[in-house]
Amino acid sequence: MNSFFKYFSEIFTGVRSLLVGMTVTGKYFFSPGAIVTEQYPENRKTLKMFDRFKGEIIMPHDANNQHRCTGCGICETNCPNGSIEVIPVRVDSPEGKKVRIIDKHIYHLSMCTFCGLCVKTCPSDALAFGQEFEHAVFDRAKLTKVLNNPGSSIIKGIE
Amino acid sequence: MTFSIYDFTPFIQSIDKLLYDLMPPFWAILVEMTIIGLAFLIFYALVGLFLVYAERKVCAFMQNRVGPNRVGLYGIFQTIADFIKLLMKELIMIKNSDKLLFNLAPFIVIIASFMAIAAIPFAKGLHAIDFDIGIMYVIAVSSLGVVGILLAGWSSNNKYSLVGAMRSGAQIISYELSVGLSLLTIIILAGTMQFSQIVDGQANGWFIFKGHIPAFIAFVLFLIASTAETNRGPFDLAEAESELTAGFHTEYSGIKFAFFFLAEYMNMFIVASIAATVFLGGWMPFHVGGWAGFNDIMDWIPPFVWYIGKTGFVIFLMMWFKWTFPRLRIDQLLTLEWKYLLPINLVNILIMAFIVLMGWHF
Repeated sequence: MNSFFKYFSEIFTGVRSLLVGMTVTGKYFFSPGAIVTEQYPENRKTLKMFDRFKGEIIMPHDANNQHRCTGCGICETNCPNGSIEVIPVRVDSPEGKKVRIIDKHIYHLSMCTFCGLCVKTCPSDALAFGQEFEHAVFDRAKLTKVLNNPGSSIIKGIE
Repeated sequence: MTFSIYDFTPFIQSIDKLLYDLMPPFWAILVEMTIIGLAFLIFYALVGLFLVYAERKVCAFMQNRVGPNRVGLYGIFQTIADFIKLLMKELIMIKNSDKLLFNLAPFIVIIASFMAIAAIPFAKGLHAIDFDIGIMYVIAVSSLGVVGILLAGWSSNNKYSLVGAMRSGAQIISYELSVGLSLLTIIILAGTMQFSQIVDGQANGWFIFKGHIPAFIAFVLFLIASTAETNRGPFDLAEAESELTAGFHTEYSGIKFAFFFLAEYMNMFIVASIAATVFLGGWMPFHVGGWAGFNDIMDWIPPFVWYIGKTGFVIFLMMWFKWTFPRLRIDQLLTLEWKYLLPINLVNILIMAFIVLMGWHF
């Protein structure tokens, strides 16, 4: 008798769970607003990438053309495929000491896998992910970028 | 020549008479068969193309996607573009395959579905051949398709194809029973196996309403079993793309693959038509007893619109199944049939026979 009830309860729980699944997909079917696909070439003007998008690496500069990079080279060491080259120079500080600042922070977009280790390990938060994602160019040389602006300097108090 | 969209009988008869007046009977029959064959070919192409498009759109909406939307407005020409691509593809011959059977298999599959569609009534008088054992004929020829699938799997000389084909064989042998028994439930109620009489018997109420709960159970069982019989939805073990690359049609390319593809969709259309005809009244409009005005409006809608609407509804249900449920394992598949569907079906027939005996249906 027990197995008899078990047989029928199995049928009913089975049918119920199938109906639950069908309600979910049915709801999606009848609600076109739930569609998540981006209509890319058409919405190019309005398309905004989401906050956690891992795009190309940029170095944010403030209004005084100042960045936060100390030229320590941790990003270069951590990069698994050598897409980052930090070229430092030693300059005399106003106090008469020799200090290390960056001359060029070179980023090879062509070699980058967007793993984000550089952004994660930067001790002074100098790097960030850009929102740009259309990277097609006609010349390979354009994929090698210098991230620090010409004439930029480091924000006081970072080093 | 009178033409009416409500009754095709005079129109068809006038063509028949014209042909017999013009030529000897042998040639008249030949011309008639050619016309019907051509009509079904065109119908196949149109319905196949539309169903593939509909499936992709339904699937997309159920997964919160947009689906094909580049070729033409809302992507309506996508399937035509795909079909042209398939036609131009190379037909790859497999080195160690059984050449004859390998080439024969897609034709067996498509011919089986072609034979089945001949018995479907599309509207009043729009009916290629009205056997007095229509349902039995359809059950018999629709299970011929599995021969083609088995041949395809065997002759490909490929383990995936063979495993897929064997699964398909086991599946169809099992689920044929449930399809037959669930239709038998309605045959008991209708008292006939002729499609035209089954449709006529539903003039004052569809069988799914007339037969109360047993008819509804039979409808659900038929939906499940016929989904399995067409190798679709949660029962697509014969293809099982995640396990067997493409199952029985792994080695096929180009137009031969297109035949399998088309046959799959046409089989879905045929079982949906049978479900619509046997359970939902075929081309009969929906009537509510006593509501004369409502019934007049329903009568005004042409029969083939009713037929297409009901078939479309059943097809939508089958697509809904496919894109909701996960695929069954082979042992789960056989458990479902032999331990659940078959006993329920047998008890259901008994209840239906009792209801008919007591005259409790209306």
